[in-house]
Amino acid sequence: MLTIDDLHVSVAGKAILKGLDLVVQPGEVHAIMGPNGAGKSTLAAVLAGREGYEVTAGSVRFHDADLLALAPEERAAAGVFLAFQYPVEIPGVNNTYFLRAAYNAQRKARGEPELDSVQFLRRVREKLKILSLPEDLLHRGVNSGFSGGEKKRNEIFQMAVLEPALAVLDETDSGLDIDALRQVAEGVNSLRSAQRGFVLITHYQRLLDYVVPDFVHVLADGRIVESGGPGLAGELEAHGYAWVADRKVGGAA
Amino acid sequence: MAATPQQIADRLGQRYSAGFVTDIESDVVPPGLDEDVVRLISAKKGEPDWLTQWRLQAFRHWLTLPMPEWAKLDIAPIDFQAVSYYAAPNQKNRPKSLDEVDPKLLETFDKLGVPLHERARLAGVAVDAVFDSVSVGTTFRKELAEVGVIFCSFSEAVREHPELVRKYLGTVVPHTDNFFAALNSAVFSDGSFVFIPRGVRCPMELSTYFRINARDTGQFERTLIVAEDDSQVSYLEGCTAPMRDENQLHAAVVELVALDRAQIKYSTVQNWYPGDENGVGGIYNFVTKRGACRGVRSKISWTQVETGSAITWKYPSCVLLGEESVGEFYSVALTHHRQQADTGTKMIHLGRNTRSKIVAKGISAGRGQQTYRGLVKVQPTAAGARNHTQCDSLLIGKQCGAHTFPYIEVRHPDAVVEHEATTSKISEDQLFYCRARGIGEEDAVSMIVDGFCREVFRELPMEFAVEAKRLLEVSLEGAVG
Repeated sequence: MLTIDDLHVSVAGKAILKGLDLVVQPGEVHAIMGPNGAGKSTLAAVLAGREGYEVTAGSVRFHDADLLALAPEERAAAGVFLAFQYPVEIPGVNNTYFLRAAYNAQRKARGEPELDSVQFLRRVREKLKILSLPEDLLHRGVNSGFSGGEKKRNEIFQMAVLEPALAVLDETDSGLDIDALRQVAEGVNSLRSAQRGFVLITHYQRLLDYVVPDFVHVLADGRIVESGGPGLAGELEAHGYAWVADRKVGGAA
Repeated sequence: MAATPQQIADRLGQRYSAGFVTDIESDVVPPGLDEDVVRLISAKKGEPDWLTQWRLQAFRHWLTLPMPEWAKLDIAPIDFQAVSYYAAPNQKNRPKSLDEVDPKLLETFDKLGVPLHERARLAGVAVDAVFDSVSVGTTFRKELAEVGVIFCSFSEAVREHPELVRKYLGTVVPHTDNFFAALNSAVFSDGSFVFIPRGVRCPMELSTYFRINARDTGQFERTLIVAEDDSQVSYLEGCTAPMRDENQLHAAVVELVALDRAQIKYSTVQNWYPGDENGVGGIYNFVTKRGACRGVRSKISWTQVETGSAITWKYPSCVLLGEESVGEFYSVALTHHRQQADTGTKMIHLGRNTRSKIVAKGISAGRGQQTYRGLVKVQPTAAGARNHTQCDSLLIGKQCGAHTFPYIEVRHPDAVVEHEATTSKISEDQLFYCRARGIGEEDAVSMIVDGFCREVFRELPMEFAVEAKRLLEVSLEGAVG
């Protein structure tokens, strides 16, 4: 459903992605790993449509659409969800209200009927139960005053409610203690389905102990330099990213 | 899809939907101001001699005052001799009931969403409708009279309840208070009078709708609310004016008096014509509002949503005399395009254990300039006084400005005075976060602004909170992008 072909992206004139290829099918979980500065978060930002990222070559297709031609809100309505590395605080805006506005905006864009507040509340309560999240999450301001772990759990909660076709998680594991990490991972696992694709962007292997991916890709210097099964993550953990880089240099010579 | 020029024009026209003119014959006093004009206004209203003299005294004092220049406002010189000080729609006789009011006037208020006739009245809200210098009519009078509440136009109060007017008029805002209060005292036309007798909780919201219609006139209303011991009232005011290229002057005075344990809640949704994108036209809104908490444990709460006017100069204040009396000020002010506002409050603590709370939210967009100016004063008599002030500014775009001038004077060692202030921008991050969840840009902006204003909006009665939210949305159209 997602096909990234030879993607080149610059930020402020500096090339970050330099020919990235990736294909994600429904039901697949792809982990993207790589050292700092490799372009992992740039990939997430470009997929969601953040401004300031210039695509200089290549294409991204999502189902039958040219994803890069869509505005961020259109991508969301098409089924792309980004779990933010740094979820944003919106003080005074009730979390449930925000989520209902998002949910109904997406439905409206797809020509589906909107849910009233009673129907919507029923839906979010179900999702809270599945994720074992506390009820008070519904009544607080969007991320305002949340701890780091609460913010990440709120992202997973939003994902559960919005039910995207493709979920991109940008370092959702960063800054989490082990309990919070486990909770987030359980949330992701409960949302895995044959219809949904995942792109998990992470710096460390530990998330992958709990969410076992179908594929692991190593992103280095703007390209995917190595792909493999879940075992690749363990090798990276053991040898470090330098090991991949060395092998590539060795292979090229 | 690209909009046609006509669609764009329609949309621009919608921005200020109250901008129409009512075509009605008016009795307008020629421009200019001298003692004869003051006497003429008083005579047109059939006022007693004491009130004529009171006006003249104020006028003579006004002549000695310079226009105040301390506010952070850029005001072009105002020619006070070019303004007409009285305009009233022609009506054969003074209408005895709403049935006798000119249909054109009723239609005007219908269009503004404030129907006055019986079948369409707002449920649970009594309305006094003021058109230029006179009150057109007041709804639900009979129902209110049954519980002893007096709610009528100021002119009527002077005729029907002169003893009450005389007892309280000018006791909270004396004519010597400031330049605009002196001017208002000399030439004030109509406004509302509210009297809640001892022990009565007013059974419905009271509200006044102010409409400026005539060209080159000023509106100088005067409102007086008195709440006797153990009474309660919630009062609202709304205001609009046609779109015109000339600036028009609005200089009102509002006085509130709360006796023992009385509570007055005063809410304003101010939507005077703000002028166009380039700052042409709009209302000069120079208003003095003050409440006196005279009784023990009395409470006065001001809530204002200021989205209109080219220039706003306004500081609704509380004088906390009674022991344990409480003053509150909740404000949202928005300046877009070339609008300017210098607004805030004064909390004067005189009684023991008096408390005050200030929540001021300023939103600036376009080239709007906004100043919060607030005074918290604790006098030596005010042992145990407490104040908490929170003052937040939100900037949209790069060419607007927000300024904060808090003045704190504490003359009692027991006092606890706290001041918190923040300035923030609607960030790219917030907008992108909303959009990545599927919410379009304009909706995202109004959601963020609404969240910013939440603490103030929740103080407004329900229907007005909805109206206030809608006004902010309309006023902010085109502020982003």
